[in-house]
Amino acid sequence: MTSDSPVIEATGLTLSYGTTRALDGVDLTVPAGTVLGVLGPNGAGKTTAVRVLSTLLRPDAGTARVAGFDVLADPQQVRRRIGLTGQYASVDEDLTGSQNLAMIGRLLGLPRAAARARAAELLAGFSLTDAAERSAKTYSGGMRRRLDLAASLVGRPQVLFLDEPTTGLDPRSRTEVWDVVRRLVADGTSVLLTTQYLEEADELADDIVVFDTGRVVAHGTSDELKHRTGAQTLTVRPRDRADTPTVLQVIEQVTGAVPTLDGHGTASVPVRSETVLGTVLDLLTTQGIALSELAVRLPSLDEVFLALTGHATQTEKEPVS
Amino acid sequence: MTTTLTVPTITQAPRLPAIQQSLTLAWRNVVKIRHQPEALMDVSLQPIIFTVLFVFVFGGAIAGDWHDYLTYLVPGILVQTLMFATQGIGVALNNDIAKGVFDRFRSLPIARSAPLVGAVLADVVRFVTSIGVLLAFTAALGFRTTQGFASAALAVLVAIGFAMSLSWVFVWIGLTVRSAGAVQGVGFLATFPLTFGSTALVSADTLPGWLAAFTRNNPVTHVIDTVRGLLLGGPVAEPLLWTAGWSALLLAVFVPLAMRAYRRRV
Repeated sequence: MTSDSPVIEATGLTLSYGTTRALDGVDLTVPAGTVLGVLGPNGAGKTTAVRVLSTLLRPDAGTARVAGFDVLADPQQVRRRIGLTGQYASVDEDLTGSQNLAMIGRLLGLPRAAARARAAELLAGFSLTDAAERSAKTYSGGMRRRLDLAASLVGRPQVLFLDEPTTGLDPRSRTEVWDVVRRLVADGTSVLLTTQYLEEADELADDIVVFDTGRVVAHGTSDELKHRTGAQTLTVRPRDRADTPTVLQVIEQVTGAVPTLDGHGTASVPVRSETVLGTVLDLLTTQGIALSELAVRLPSLDEVFLALTGHATQTEKEPVS
Repeated sequence: MTTTLTVPTITQAPRLPAIQQSLTLAWRNVVKIRHQPEALMDVSLQPIIFTVLFVFVFGGAIAGDWHDYLTYLVPGILVQTLMFATQGIGVALNNDIAKGVFDRFRSLPIARSAPLVGAVLADVVRFVTSIGVLLAFTAALGFRTTQGFASAALAVLVAIGFAMSLSWVFVWIGLTVRSAGAVQGVGFLATFPLTFGSTALVSADTLPGWLAAFTRNNPVTHVIDTVRGLLLGGPVAEPLLWTAGWSALLLAVFVPLAMRAYRRRV
């Protein structure tokens, strides 16, 4: 495997549970050293895709190579190079943190002392040293998730699968998990991350694919996806409220649309391209108007998701009619 | 935090991997017992409850004298409590799957059989506990073996060997049935006729013809007769051969079935 070939390459993955098509021809590519965010609502097929790529499920059709090996032909080779953190923490609650990690070290062939040393090293890296000798069932949600992440790192994987790593965590624990992921990527690990949180994909992912009903409905960087819907917003706020009429007039002149004005004196108008920014700035500067805000805002990924799939991100929160 | 968590490397395959991995996973199950000694409650109390129930409640009616009946009964209770102890594995495996612990194992580069073999090996702790409690309790009531220590030790080994073979049936059930509660339901349905329709409690000679025929050909009867012979004297070779044959058959059928269920289980 050359260093520039992708670490994950999947083509046409298809998998049905009975009559439900969990995956319906999914293509994915993750270049080495990058993070792919798989975004989608519950039941979109994200977890199924992770389970296929991590050799837990056989697809009905399609091929996938992970870290240079075919998941169907060489699953053991793939397993030597991956780490998996499931949707729910899959550590053993009856074992201590230290025992959980040492057990995995032993399973991976480390001698007893080396397994314990690796466990101690990971526990320290995840701020779990104080809880090392406590059984995992006494851990908080965030601690358990960190232990689960640590467990998937014992074998120093090249490719890490994180299936909704922060679902159910409080904001502080979520930020901690994000920091860990960033450090892993800095060390050279490639990551495939599924999430329902657009903010999470925005924060961590180099590339994003959007899943809906077993299909990839959009693919690109966060910015590309936001551009795709074309709904950008120009916002302008003069430093002096007295300049507001002039500002409104200039905006209308440049964009051809009537801007709306909010209570703070900010004028905003939908625009098709951020190039209007320069024109507006030039005109306002020549008229000697000082600005406290001037921006073209991309839509949030939430808005993008809604535009792409026709429904909101968290389907379970929609009222049942 | 300044330590480097993972500079990616490729995990090396260990030597004799499957054996070491199975032992590691057996260790896991034993540690779980150590953390939760109450997990041994069933195998500790059952031999006492069965002994008290049959010896004191039915003993007088069945054998005229509870002392004589105790001697007849101990080999039967020994095997019977192991039969019930084997079911725990199905419940435990079902829980492991439900909690996602097995997903982690399945994503590791380890032998596919290791989690299952490890669980079966760890159950020896439960079997030894059950037998130890039974022999200590009945010894206090006056039970004595007549064939010497080596013969008694062999009896224990035969019983545990059969129980380990039978465990694979419950491994398979635990991997196939949806919930832990269902595992117990199916387990009891299978275990009750086999244990009570054996020579555990009464000699087959006392039974009506059709039931005697079932009882004489019941694998559990062969195990009990072997254990009885080794503890108290009597024919051993023939029931031992039958026991070995049944154990081999159970392994030949249910190990592949369990492995297939394990590979398929989502």
